[in-house]
Amino acid sequence: MSVFVSWILRAVAFGTIIMYGAMGETITEKSGNLNLGVPGIMYLGGFAGFASAYYYEKNAASPSGVVCVIIALVCCILASMAGGLIFSFITITLRANQNVTGLALTTFGMGVANFFGVFILNGASYTAAPLANKAFSARLPFMTKNPAPVLEMFFGYGFLVYAAIVLSVVLHRVLNKTKVGLNLRAVGENPATADAAGINVTKYKYLATCIGAGISGIGGLYYVLDYNQGIWATTDQIEALGWLALALVIFTTWRPLNGIWGAYLFGVLYWLYQFLPTILGLHVPGYMTDLIQMIPYVVTIIVLIAVSLRKKRESQPPASLGVAYFREER
Amino acid sequence: MECAIQFKNITKTFGQVVANKDVSMEVYHGEILSVLGENGSGKTTLMNMLAGIYYQDSGQIFVNGKAVEIRSPKDAFALGIGMVHQHFKLVDVFTAAENIALGLDKSEHFDLKKVKEQARAICDQYHFELDLDQKVYTMSVSQKQTLEIVKVLYRKVDILILDEPTAVLTPQETEKLFEVIRNMQKNGKAIIIITHKLQEVLSVSDRVAILRKGEYVGAVATKEASVQSLTEMMVGKKVDLNIERPEPKNRIKRLDVKNLTVINSDGIKVLDSVSFDAFEGEILGIAGVSGNGQKELLEAIAGLQAAEKGSSVQFFAPFKMYSVELLGKTPKEIREAGIHLSFVPEDRLGMGLVGSMDMTGNMMLKSYEKGKFFLLDRKSPKQLAEQVKDTLEVVTPGISTPVSRLSGGNVQKVLVGREIAESPIVLMTAYAVRGLDINTSYTIYHLLNEQKKKGVAVIYVGEDLDVLLELCDRILVLCGGRVTGLVDGRTTTKEEVGRLMTAAPMRGGDSDE
Repeated sequence: MSVFVSWILRAVAFGTIIMYGAMGETITEKSGNLNLGVPGIMYLGGFAGFASAYYYEKNAASPSGVVCVIIALVCCILASMAGGLIFSFITITLRANQNVTGLALTTFGMGVANFFGVFILNGASYTAAPLANKAFSARLPFMTKNPAPVLEMFFGYGFLVYAAIVLSVVLHRVLNKTKVGLNLRAVGENPATADAAGINVTKYKYLATCIGAGISGIGGLYYVLDYNQGIWATTDQIEALGWLALALVIFTTWRPLNGIWGAYLFGVLYWLYQFLPTILGLHVPGYMTDLIQMIPYVVTIIVLIAVSLRKKRESQPPASLGVAYFREER
Repeated sequence: MECAIQFKNITKTFGQVVANKDVSMEVYHGEILSVLGENGSGKTTLMNMLAGIYYQDSGQIFVNGKAVEIRSPKDAFALGIGMVHQHFKLVDVFTAAENIALGLDKSEHFDLKKVKEQARAICDQYHFELDLDQKVYTMSVSQKQTLEIVKVLYRKVDILILDEPTAVLTPQETEKLFEVIRNMQKNGKAIIIITHKLQEVLSVSDRVAILRKGEYVGAVATKEASVQSLTEMMVGKKVDLNIERPEPKNRIKRLDVKNLTVINSDGIKVLDSVSFDAFEGEILGIAGVSGNGQKELLEAIAGLQAAEKGSSVQFFAPFKMYSVELLGKTPKEIREAGIHLSFVPEDRLGMGLVGSMDMTGNMMLKSYEKGKFFLLDRKSPKQLAEQVKDTLEVVTPGISTPVSRLSGGNVQKVLVGREIAESPIVLMTAYAVRGLDINTSYTIYHLLNEQKKKGVAVIYVGEDLDVLLELCDRILVLCGGRVTGLVDGRTTTKEEVGRLMTAAPMRGGDSDE
């Protein structure tokens, strides 16, 4: 039982990282922009959040947890949105190819984070921001030191886990029940139609991409300050998570609500290699780990095939995804 | 009558292409104005400036006597101007009501129910039949058009622009649309119809404004106009509106189609044991409601569509005693077998040409395997492109301009020019004049007749019965994938062909395509 609980705890925390990444990307893609820079943006967000919390902790006379959380969140969102703004400017205003720009942004985000990370690491292999970690991973007040396993499975997480669920529901409502959502979906489906209906296509694309990037970045922040116990190290781990977030967008067929269970499912599958053999009492050789961690990607491909076989129009990506819009194009 | 819209010295260019040059004209309240012109004459561009899609390079637009700046479609709506575009501006995965609600003013509360109520009121007022909860991608073309009109009316427009509204409608649907337009006129709205169908111009409009090569030629009252006079204004010279039909000489069989059966990917029998012959020096017309197997028939012969067992298409090459089976061969194998078979497909920029490539590149699609070693021969395609441009009078800044920038008629000239240059034995054309204006259409008819005189077996899939009856020597009628008749083009009547076109029970589903 305890192995199972640990598995779920790990899976939900893991799922939350990619849920943020996927939610942001869903908003972006609904506007017709395919931002492959999600890994880079998560790097930017994660690093900006960590660095700001780290310096606040180090330099403030009596650092407070709440202030630390606010500073980290604000810096994370601003840095991520800056990444989104770069992408928007290049692809919307300059109409450059979105795939190339996105991939460049991924490299750029990783580079920026690792370059400035050097100054914080100062030669060490990792640095920690313990106060921020404590604040971000603080459990709900009624949780005792040793809660019942079931209780822990539901309430054993930091606040960002619950914020992600709330945000999913909010995004679902906005996309499907409001005028802004309707207009946004129209922009991603058929920008010429949206334009002819008097919608400011450029504005919607910019806002969706920047806000989307801001949300994606929180995934990186959650990874560093909660999931990774507030430790910044030079690893490529965030990049892999970014790609998984992109896969999750496809897996959810562009629906934020599906993102909730989809993300947790990905988490369960990702951590399967460590927990399932224990539960079953099997011994799995170490070289199998990477193979098993591939399962979420395989599942995504299966979903893609299933969706395209079903030919249901509503499950398809936004029709103009990845295409720049220019009104006077003939 | 009061002046609703006034254009003053409007000029608009796209790169080097001048779409409108110094256009000045008026539209009045309570009138139906037809804007007539050949393809590429700048009708749509001019109206797009009114609708806020484009912005003029110079000149001024006045609405109700006031100088206005129309920078975006939003500005246009605010001035009471709405446009129904030729290529519908609808989001496929949205319902009708959602499409109507799109882009409405922010100040209004988002209430789909209210939108539906008001839309229904409009439908009742003008007797539209529209299911507001239906998804657009399940709608037929005429339903989509109805939705477009309701969408524009919902925004309370006074000036309505319709771009080629009847291009895809049946005669009955067209008549219904005109009734709606006349109703709107009675309500004092100004209505502008962009079209090149002269009969419709004469039957529906009060006044006709004519554009030629981007310039305003003049306007005439419809009462004082005739098909002949309008054509002359449009084209700028006298056009002979008669199609010649030379008698076929020495009828030698070139193509023998037997029991051709095709089942498509959805498992529907789209062609059911079709058999016919094609002879050199004659034009064989293929009539039928669109989507009754015409496309599959031509594609099967051209090697693009697999056929069922028992089907056979025999090709008889000149000066050879034997025939060649075409089925089961790819287009490349057919070409390599020395069979000169040319195909002008329905989807010009999809199957026929590559839109983003220039004329030379498109000519090369047929000859890319020629040339020394692995190097391409660009010289002869370039010469061919120049030749096509000169002989068919293709309007383009140059042969190195991407063909997608050309107007529809010129695109078709490039395609037909390339196919004819192959000196085909059999020439197949699918809807060769669809979307083309009179002048270009007659150029195409003339080209086909020239080929016929040269001894080519021409297969002409068409939709305009008047033209089929004037142009073709024999007419094969398809209905539901079956041959329902093979009639003599000289003796048959429109009624007879029309009856044959609906002789067999129609297949459901895709018949509206």
